[in-house]
Amino acid sequence: MRLYEQTAADLSRMLQSREVSSVEVVRSFLERINEVDPHLRAFITQTPVMALDSAGEIDARRTRGETLHPLAGVPVAVKDNISTMDLRTTCASRILENYIPPFDATVISVIKKAGMPILGKTNLDEFAMGSSTENSAFYPTRNPWDPERVPGGSSGGSAVAVATGMAPLALGSDTGGSIRQPASLCGVTGLRPTYGRISRYGLVAFASSLDQIGTVSTTALDGALLMNLVAGYDPLDSTSLPDQIPDYPTGLEPDLKKLRVGLIRYGRMEGFDPQVSEAVNRAASLLEEHGAEVGEVSLPLTDYGLSAYYLIAPSEASSNLGRYDGVRYGFCSDGDSIEAMFSRTRGEGFGPEVKRRIMIGTYALSAGYYDAYYLKAMKVRTLIRCDYEQAFNKFDLLLGAASPTPAFKLGEKTEDPLQMYLSDVCNITDSLAGVPSLAVPGGFSSGGLPIGLQLTARPMQEKLLLKAARFFEEQRQPALLRPKLEYLEGGGSNEI
Amino acid sequence: MRYEVVIGLEIHVELLTASKLFCGCSTAFGEEPNSNCCPVCLGLPGSLPVFNRRAIELAVTAALALNSEVQLTSRFDRKNYFYPDLPKAYQVSQYDRPLARGGYLEVEFDGGRRGVGLERVHLEEEAGKLIHAGDSIIGAGHSLVDYNRAGIPLLEIVTAPELHTGREARLFLEDLRTVLLYSRISDCKMEEGSLRCDANISLRPEGSSELGTKAEVKNMNSFRSVELALDYEVKRQEQVLSGGGSVVQETCHWDEEKKQTIALRGKEGSSDYRYFPEPDLLPLVLESDFVQNLGQSLPELPAARRDRLRDQYGLEREEAFLLTANRELGDFFEEAAGEYNDYRTLVNWIQGDLLYQLRGSGKQAEDLEPALLVKLLQLLDEGSINRPVAKELLAEMVQTGADPKKLVRERGLERISGLESLLPLVEQVIAENPEAVENYRRGKEKALAFLVGKVMAMTKGRADPAELNRLFKEKI
Repeated sequence: MRLYEQTAADLSRMLQSREVSSVEVVRSFLERINEVDPHLRAFITQTPVMALDSAGEIDARRTRGETLHPLAGVPVAVKDNISTMDLRTTCASRILENYIPPFDATVISVIKKAGMPILGKTNLDEFAMGSSTENSAFYPTRNPWDPERVPGGSSGGSAVAVATGMAPLALGSDTGGSIRQPASLCGVTGLRPTYGRISRYGLVAFASSLDQIGTVSTTALDGALLMNLVAGYDPLDSTSLPDQIPDYPTGLEPDLKKLRVGLIRYGRMEGFDPQVSEAVNRAASLLEEHGAEVGEVSLPLTDYGLSAYYLIAPSEASSNLGRYDGVRYGFCSDGDSIEAMFSRTRGEGFGPEVKRRIMIGTYALSAGYYDAYYLKAMKVRTLIRCDYEQAFNKFDLLLGAASPTPAFKLGEKTEDPLQMYLSDVCNITDSLAGVPSLAVPGGFSSGGLPIGLQLTARPMQEKLLLKAARFFEEQRQPALLRPKLEYLEGGGSNEI
Repeated sequence: MRYEVVIGLEIHVELLTASKLFCGCSTAFGEEPNSNCCPVCLGLPGSLPVFNRRAIELAVTAALALNSEVQLTSRFDRKNYFYPDLPKAYQVSQYDRPLARGGYLEVEFDGGRRGVGLERVHLEEEAGKLIHAGDSIIGAGHSLVDYNRAGIPLLEIVTAPELHTGREARLFLEDLRTVLLYSRISDCKMEEGSLRCDANISLRPEGSSELGTKAEVKNMNSFRSVELALDYEVKRQEQVLSGGGSVVQETCHWDEEKKQTIALRGKEGSSDYRYFPEPDLLPLVLESDFVQNLGQSLPELPAARRDRLRDQYGLEREEAFLLTANRELGDFFEEAAGEYNDYRTLVNWIQGDLLYQLRGSGKQAEDLEPALLVKLLQLLDEGSINRPVAKELLAEMVQTGADPKKLVRERGLERISGLESLLPLVEQVIAENPEAVENYRRGKEKALAFLVGKVMAMTKGRADPAELNRLFKEKI
């Protein structure tokens, strides 16, 4: 087995026992990136020199006998909307194409401190707005299971990097499904923790009250290892949760006895692929067979979730993205007056989906419309939270689909924004409620595309989600899913 | 028709914190442009705000000093607009749930004391500063931006529309400034921009209860220019209305050179700032103990001090005003009064000679030890020195901080008195000036002053003129 095929947990063990060096590990992943990425384009910026330098440093420290973090020397890929000092952070936007932050996001500081080499910055929908990574201003990322299909989004680059062994772990961000939906479409595990559980400091804001950094991994244990590092209170983020974090990787062995699982009954099922519903039902039976008590749960207000989300998120975005005016950093156009300069900079720097959301949000916050749109959406959000509280009175875990369909074709939904928005329908209400939510592989479609399950728990119950994910992992054969990438082995006949 | 003038003020005050509202950057004035900046106050992508606890303390203190009701839960909102000095394209401010509501300030107007109502007191962040190339904001070729100021905590105080003349607005501001200085929440330097004032002004027919269309006046850089600008604007609006026209709602700029208001932007409806709750900050929740403790540690405020100065030391109204408005001078007086109980003499020296010397030398009251003035007055009271010498010594003390006793000793400035010392000199002067002596005998009082002056000259001013008068009268 090649190093890039190992899980992060195995790499960690091999590094700690000095079976391998971090430089060897990083080289293996860099070679894999060289081989695969030209076809799938998961990365915006690759950082091989930086990665090898920090791998070398970790190896030296290990040789000196220093006590290191368990993930020291295990490389990671980072979504390109997370600020990295002295390293371009583009948000897949022309407007930040050459923006180099002078500071590290809190998650990047902890990753560097732990000695995890950064392999590069992964592709996304511009400013994380999208569900297919086609809104990247640079190029779309392709689904490794079928390169004619999208990897989902917006964290498509991170999901593809992990699914194909270009990185053992990745950081993504999830505002309304941006980790869970691509994880589902790429057959990997994606965790969106409780809002506030991982510091947002340095995550380029899209919708501040919804944005949350999370993990992409091949296994629950790997996700737990990364969570152990990046979760926790950060004084630089006022919305960060002060609660202590548990030790995520210990005691993940699933014990389903008496676990109360609510199988979500969706109000509207149009657009749902029957194979997805089957996979979810199969998962419910599997849980039941292993001792869980499964019942049905409906979240009546979730029908309004999508509408509320597409008012709240664009409203916040319209404000958050105001700062890209060409005055201080990033792309700058010219103009006869300051207003003309602002207008041209933003007109030329932003892509169409970003502009669409800025306009929706600006409208929703305008005097005279605020009460009817933004305020009403916030009230719906409160009611959705109540829905969840009630559901969690009866159930410990909610089970549903992580995406209504397996991966769709490139270009299939780009002309119809509403269809694109609907691909987040399973993910959005968890985001509005601020509860932790995880996507885990739950089988394949008849066409060989991964189908994802979504598990949701009470605030701070990430560990329960990881345990349940671990259960589904143990049920499947093989445990570690890898796309075959036949088009690569065929000498690049499917060269993209 | 006669018009009633209605003025409301919006005052912005920079709080005296060492660091900015949401980051650790220094608030020092006059540093190299863009040197006190960080990702947070520059609004770099991904940066987030964190409250400066000290700013909240100061804001609550100010609200309490202004009798405003501090809200235990308040909220921050984003005020969205595009301007190059605004790094995030929104200002974090407070919209519908301000830090404090209501309040009033008692002001001594010409017609007596009156409370001026406040609408609200809230906390927000300062913007950066544009430096326009060229003469004015209109027609500048290009502008430079300095973000050192961006993110400094700013207190906004909004008055009710309860002021009626430029002079009233000025008196209100002077009193407000004194209150804020006493509460030590701001240095209130209008020239450095740490206190700024915009005014809304409208006219209405006398007796009407509806407000007229207002103009907003900005760019008034001193208390005096507030008065001038508002008086100018009253006349302008009066002319418009008397001529049958109507006032246009607009924002005007006070032109200090031309002494007139100039419409800055044309017709402007109410701007749509698309306020919404700032999602990067939690609501500000204050413990009632926290507010109470700040209330208890409020220093004595100007109005109370004025009253006390009059009661405790028997000062006149004007004296109490002077010693309150000039806090340092008031502190000087009270410290000296602790060791010297002839308050009348003390206050006369302080508001007379001392103030004159301070102004002439550019020194501050705190540059001089109050105990030294007390020593000087005691020397005078004992008769060790005379008044002219005391005045000279005070001038020197203000300059050098020297001890008057030491100066008297070193320079032999003690008063010359007693028959033994003075009689020979008096007799000598009588002998040498028979003509003046003769004139005095004929009833010319001036001649006596001449003779006394001769002895004063011989003693280099150290004799007591009163004593000499008596001696001459006895001898002649």
